[in-house]
Amino acid sequence: MIRIAKKIRVLIAKPGLDGHDRGAKVVARALRDAGMEVIYTGLRQTPEDIVEAAIQEDVDAIGLSCLSGAHMTLFPEVVKLLRKRKSGDIVVAGGGIIPEDDVPKLKKAGIKVVFGPGTPLREIVEFFEAAGKGA
Amino acid sequence: MRAENDRKALEKELTRWEETTLRDALDALPERRKEFVTTSSRPVRRLYTPLDLPEKTDAERLGKPGEFPYTRGIHPTMYRGRLWTMRMFAGYGSAEDTNRRFKYLIAHGETGLSVAFDMPTLYGYDTDEPEAKGEFGTCGVAVSTLEDMKVLFGGIDVGQVSTSMTINSPASVIWAMYLAAAEERGVAFSKLRGTLQNDILKEYQAQKEWIFPPEPSMRLVVDTFEFGSKQVPQWNTISISGYHIREAGATAGQELAFTLANGMEYVRWGIERGLRVDDFAPRLSFFFNAHNDLFEELAKYRAARRIWAREMRETFGAKNPRSWLLRFHSQTAGVSLTAQQPEINIVRTTIQALAAVLGGTQSLHTNAYDEAYQVPNEAAARIALRTQQILAHESGVANTADPLGGSYFLEALTDELEDEAYRYFDRIQGLGGVIPAIRKGFFQQEIANSAYRYQREIEDKERVIVGVNDFVVDEQSELEPLRVTEASLKAQVERIRRLRRTRDAKKHARSLDRLRKACEGDENTMPFILDAVRAKATLGEICDVMREVFGVWEEPLLY
Amino acid sequence: MREVVPARKGAASPRDSVSGLVEDLLTGDKRAAAKLISLIEDDEPDATDALARIFPHTGRAHVVGFTGPPGVGKSSLINRLVRSYRSGGKKVGVVAVDPTSPYTGGAVLGDRIRMADTGVDPGVFIRSMATRGHAGGLALATFDAVRVLDALGMDIVFVETVGAGQSEVEIATRAHTTVVVEMPMTGDAVQTMKAGILEIGDVYVVNKADLGNEDVLVANLKFQLTPRDGWTPPVIRTTATEGRGIDELAAALEKHASYLDETGARQKREIARARLEILENAQRLLSREVEEGSRSGRAFDKLAEDVAARRLDPHAAAGKLLKQSQHKTR
Repeated sequence: MIRIAKKIRVLIAKPGLDGHDRGAKVVARALRDAGMEVIYTGLRQTPEDIVEAAIQEDVDAIGLSCLSGAHMTLFPEVVKLLRKRKSGDIVVAGGGIIPEDDVPKLKKAGIKVVFGPGTPLREIVEFFEAAGKGA
Repeated sequence: MRAENDRKALEKELTRWEETTLRDALDALPERRKEFVTTSSRPVRRLYTPLDLPEKTDAERLGKPGEFPYTRGIHPTMYRGRLWTMRMFAGYGSAEDTNRRFKYLIAHGETGLSVAFDMPTLYGYDTDEPEAKGEFGTCGVAVSTLEDMKVLFGGIDVGQVSTSMTINSPASVIWAMYLAAAEERGVAFSKLRGTLQNDILKEYQAQKEWIFPPEPSMRLVVDTFEFGSKQVPQWNTISISGYHIREAGATAGQELAFTLANGMEYVRWGIERGLRVDDFAPRLSFFFNAHNDLFEELAKYRAARRIWAREMRETFGAKNPRSWLLRFHSQTAGVSLTAQQPEINIVRTTIQALAAVLGGTQSLHTNAYDEAYQVPNEAAARIALRTQQILAHESGVANTADPLGGSYFLEALTDELEDEAYRYFDRIQGLGGVIPAIRKGFFQQEIANSAYRYQREIEDKERVIVGVNDFVVDEQSELEPLRVTEASLKAQVERIRRLRRTRDAKKHARSLDRLRKACEGDENTMPFILDAVRAKATLGEICDVMREVFGVWEEPLLY
Repeated sequence: MREVVPARKGAASPRDSVSGLVEDLLTGDKRAAAKLISLIEDDEPDATDALARIFPHTGRAHVVGFTGPPGVGKSSLINRLVRSYRSGGKKVGVVAVDPTSPYTGGAVLGDRIRMADTGVDPGVFIRSMATRGHAGGLALATFDAVRVLDALGMDIVFVETVGAGQSEVEIATRAHTTVVVEMPMTGDAVQTMKAGILEIGDVYVVNKADLGNEDVLVANLKFQLTPRDGWTPPVIRTTATEGRGIDELAAALEKHASYLDETGARQKREIARARLEILENAQRLLSREVEEGSRSGRAFDKLAEDVAARRLDPHAAAGKLLKQSQHKTR
């Protein structure tokens, strides 16, 4: 192979204390199976950790997962920090246990989409593909 | 000889049926799928017959309820003697908020308390620490101090009611707070009944709420065994859990195997400490998931009782029959509940609760239908409780012990699960034991693989989840979210600050100092933790001392 | 598998032009470094330009490559070393390579997670790369990424390979110091090591020394490692997860770096490296030329047909190919 193919790079992150990583790991694998390069941050990340990783890895998008109810504090903080570091073009998606009432607020804070429980993997993959294309 | 002849006759009969009646039927109407499997992807045959009954004596396989090997239940009369405890997991916001929910549930008929703690508490952080930011009370109650514990159980007679606390890494500290709070109310330790989850091994494998590395954590656990057996004899100092392992993606067989392997590891450490197995084993308890596939779950519980009884008597030489009993709490499978068409979760929970009851559980929590959104609101929690009450009083399943015992299908499945568990025990042994296997990421990898396979089955529609990948409707949910209020947070923080302001600083500092020394040495830590709690040290302060001495665990990364 | 072509990253603003990025890079801007690495990794049209601009600013960082079988603990070791070097005030870069799945083209890059506690440190830069089809344990762009980090101001850059294929050889020809990491086998089986592994390491590490049997492995290694150019590769025991042996390892790395400087071996290696790289780049340019379906491409196709039909032998064909290229550049 001569031409090095470009790849979509995604950061999957677990902000806060929540240790439920089943979904994050399943999504990471699915994205890999769809041909993307996935960096999984592991547990207990602060928004600063996540943004720093996203910048160094020059990812196209970030997927945040939180099942403990702390998303309203943590997710918008990530977007805020990204913008501060001139990286607001990185797309941010959220998932986990998030009441529907909170979704509009998260979107207003800059989260592009929220994937609730039961979202087909296909839908998530398509979203990140679009994010990688700069859509 | 006679048995052999019987067998041959049965085989002949079965073959005849397959070649005539069955074949005709299949020609007319093929089966819907190539293979039928359980929730754990275990193949299920179209028919089970006496040929599937395992080659064992009735005594080996089944026995009687209340007698070794306890396959049919741990009490001779089972629910005719006493119903399972209806113990609803509850907790959110501040101690006041949760205290209200406890009283609501008690008023509506629950017969035991079960406490859910928030993330910071589970990880040993006080509400006002930076790590707790945004996490106060969202998935459980915040308990940072003895004062919080007193408010949490205000107006509840802890001498009368049993309390289960879902807390792991800082379990000793939270237990000490419960004990100290009871003490201040004049209730003797010997009267207290309850359960501490305190199962650190499954944290490394599945729930991930660890703080310290395995060895010091196991030491803390054994300290509670020792302390409990002498000072709090009615307390179950551990609830060896499979629930979380299952929720993280494990199959029923893995849940069974990993839980029991962990259980045996705890027994080993207890014996290593010099405790006599019969002194602490009767107070070991278990906690299993109650998942969708009714028969597989039933088989799992029965296999669990049989395996544990055998291992305790034969491998660990326990003499007291109470040491052989596997007593367990169940919770219906949270992970199976959907955000789509949430009302139908009530149906799922009912089937799962039925499995637990048919399986002989000692205690049961049923999930509320809004679990996929939030901590349950009152109405939803009430329906969940009513589900248990209907099972208990209207369905008839509590009328006899082990109602499905003898079913060809069930007995075959029970044996299958038992065999699977032993195969896993061998593998774990081959890796050097539970803790080396944890370090190698064995459990975590098995669980992640099962989780991924399950999700792929859903994606490929090999597995139907009603409302999610089939029978879908496009509608918005109208659930009222339960919110943690700013006021609760403020009250909590103020309570912590007040405690810090008003406590005896010298006494406080001395107690933490003594605790540190105890942690560094090998005395039982419980008395020192109790003293620190009495001296008004906070959860975070006590855990910080332990973090300094024991260090912090780093997870081996694998997928 | 559907081919989804990602957008050109970094094209967001004028500041993200190559010259802008390089300027920012030289002031220590991490975002610029990350974007430049992507540019090069994705083989964008201005990648060569970017590399040309960066190159004069490289040569300061000491590059240490880590090779060894998967699961041996390279990431954990590197994590510990990062902490050690940071406490000495050094700036540290890490390039960690993981394999791209040959079936899906994707990859899970799982080394960064082991360095979670160092990732936010301003004096640390960690980049995860996938092999993207390149055989061996490195990505094609790995050492170009190292150069970016060099220009960013890192004092030392660790490169972690996949540990499969010919990664040892690739690393050894590119890094200043090559560290081979092994771990003891449990059980009685005689532990064999990959052929050639004893030739390429500058420092050998036996990790997970707590697994037992490490004495045998250590003794084995010490016995077989002979001095080369006046350097005898040391064998260091470590237990990375507990931080044991890290100081000794850091000391060994320092010692090797000094050895390179004092004996002039560093200069020798740089030249050997340059020779290799020039040839590789030439081959890549040539390959690209003939694959691009241009007139050269068609001429190349003709040569191939001639060889297959026995009208021309392969060596003569290669000579013709080169001559054709020379004519083009004139």
